[in-house]
Amino acid sequence: MKHVIMALVQNQPGVLAHVAGMFAARGFNIDSLVVGRTEDPMLSRMTIVAVGDDRVLEQIRKQLEKIVTVVKVRDFQDVRYVERDLMLVRVHAPAEKRSKVVDLVTLFRGRVVDVSRKSLIVEMSGPEDKLEAFVDLAKPYGIGELARTGVIAMKRGTQAD
Amino acid sequence: MTDKKDDPGGSGHRGYADLTGAQIFNEMLLEEGVEVLFGFPGGAVIPIFDVLYDSPLKFVMSRHEQGACHMADGYARSTGKTGAVIATSGPGATNLITGLATANMDSVPLVAFTGQVRSQLIGNDAFQEADTTGITRPITKHNFLVTRVEDLGRTVKEAFHIARTGRPGPVVVDIAVDATVNKPGREPAMEPDLPGYKPRGGGHIRQVRAAAAAINAADHPVLYVGGGVVLSGATEALRAVAQKGRIPVTTTLLGLGTFDETDPLSLRMLGMHGTAYANYAVQESDCLVAVGARFDDRVTGKIEAFAPKAKIIHVDIDPASISKNVPVDIPVVGDAKYILEKLLEHLEAKERPAWHEQIAQWKKLYPLKYAPDGGIKPQEVVELLGELTRHDAIVATGVGQHQMWAAQFYGWRRPRQILTSGGLGTMGYGCPAAIGAQFGNPGATVLDIDGDGSFSMTMGEVITAVQHDLPVKFIVLDNGYLGMVRQWQDLFYHKRYSAVAHPCPDFKMVAEGFGARGIRISARSELADGLNEALKHPGPVVVAVEVEPEENVYPMVAAGKGLHEMDLGKLA
Repeated sequence: MKHVIMALVQNQPGVLAHVAGMFAARGFNIDSLVVGRTEDPMLSRMTIVAVGDDRVLEQIRKQLEKIVTVVKVRDFQDVRYVERDLMLVRVHAPAEKRSKVVDLVTLFRGRVVDVSRKSLIVEMSGPEDKLEAFVDLAKPYGIGELARTGVIAMKRGTQAD
Repeated sequence: MTDKKDDPGGSGHRGYADLTGAQIFNEMLLEEGVEVLFGFPGGAVIPIFDVLYDSPLKFVMSRHEQGACHMADGYARSTGKTGAVIATSGPGATNLITGLATANMDSVPLVAFTGQVRSQLIGNDAFQEADTTGITRPITKHNFLVTRVEDLGRTVKEAFHIARTGRPGPVVVDIAVDATVNKPGREPAMEPDLPGYKPRGGGHIRQVRAAAAAINAADHPVLYVGGGVVLSGATEALRAVAQKGRIPVTTTLLGLGTFDETDPLSLRMLGMHGTAYANYAVQESDCLVAVGARFDDRVTGKIEAFAPKAKIIHVDIDPASISKNVPVDIPVVGDAKYILEKLLEHLEAKERPAWHEQIAQWKKLYPLKYAPDGGIKPQEVVELLGELTRHDAIVATGVGQHQMWAAQFYGWRRPRQILTSGGLGTMGYGCPAAIGAQFGNPGATVLDIDGDGSFSMTMGEVITAVQHDLPVKFIVLDNGYLGMVRQWQDLFYHKRYSAVAHPCPDFKMVAEGFGARGIRISARSELADGLNEALKHPGPVVVAVEVEPEENVYPMVAAGKGLHEMDLGKLA
């Protein structure tokens, strides 16, 4: 089962190594790990997508909390949240197929950010399954190159917020 | 602090701005109450050693950095204080690794300082450079790299704070040499700044009540206690809980001494080489109360078969220990002493006569025993040492058969008495750990009950004992084998003794060469006199006792078996 976990960490050298090292040493599987700055220059935010059952998730959360430079840990189990993954993908699109590819991109609310004679670069963001659905449909045209940022996530507001 | 006239950072309160990093380092160690710094010098730490030259801080040089780290560990385990060790960059730091991993597995508070090459050279494969923080990350509680002198004082404070609080552990501070030579110029920030470090204390009262209710409802409760009880100083609280509920107590290897083994409620040690009655009691228990223990595989045996009838309560300061190996019914996160004291308030006084009758019967049927025939039995050496030292010595061990016999036969009375590498199982731990313990306990009788294999790994440290005229007694149970591996080959590999014969030097002559007293005991008739002579000698003594070479440790739960499937040996 896939779990999304957020960790606020001190913005210091070595923090990523601490976190990545812990995952490797304890045999937890990571799908993606994203690190970026936050509004507070002292803190960075990591979003980790990990695979495992509930007990594994609990261990991951506790082991993350044990790391001295990790300030706060939240998992998104049992809460409603927004997740986004950003993708750049080069799709083979010679002139005769270009309009079909562009149609597909439009349908997925993506953007064409580069055009050349034989291919397009498509920018698309969304939940992971949306990106994967696009990739499936674009495959017959030929995919030259693909890059994804990995998932970032945020808990949805409640009525009370 | 210090009364040295030429020490600008001492009682003059002139602050740290005009001190070199090395001087700040010295001040911080004194402020942290470090009595002894163990270690070995080298290029990247020469500025620090220059300051130590006229510091009131006592420095003890080992013969190998691993020895220094185990000394700091033995000092810490035996005193409850935080150990301190220093080594140079590169090989100095890598030689600490086994010692750090040993301390990490057994939650021992110590701070290790390592030199590092100049900050501009880091990453350039400079002479004696190693990525110390990278290498030590998985085997420490935390580590730091200090490249700016402004950060040094604060980081040292943070390191000691992290090492000794919460679940203790080793912390490495890797210091670039320029950070020890430079001066901050203006007052550096000295207050710890650790927003992500929140060690747990106290404990949830609601969980404590739930635990008490489960124990009150139980007919066959067992307390299973480990090193956490030692660390939290919970011995008295444990005794009170056990007495009030008449709950039998079994300890892990690291928990030995937290519950007096002469108490009728004591089941002694459980697990792979635990007593039959401890293991049977756990398997029959309907409520297992784990306190400061972590369900190690050497304790549980086959995990699915462990305590199958019991509701499991787990008290631990480390939330990550709970439900890691065994699903727990009632988790209680917090400090063992606090929680046991609260538990006592909610516990009903109960006699549980049927349970004690059953346990008494197991004790009668399956006592720890050995056949005192043939050559000298290692068990009788340990038993005799227990008697001769009135079960009051501090005892370090190596790892292997002798370690298990020490655990089974010494007769433990109080916490911080046994110093042994339980989690990592580090051969060679005993000799330096005993030396470190003697520095922390100058008047105490300190023994190293060792095996010939373990002792051979680090016996060079006897030189350190000689240098400081420490009265440590190194008792080597010499069977000429790497005994525990031989035992497994005997039991599970058709006696194919592969690479376990262990030709030893004449330990008596080695000891004398080092400048210690050497004694060799080859016959039972010499045993009592030889040990007595060693114990009376005011300086370090190495006693080599030739013991029965093929004696095995029993009871034994084979790997992958349940605790109730133990092999009691020939004497069952």
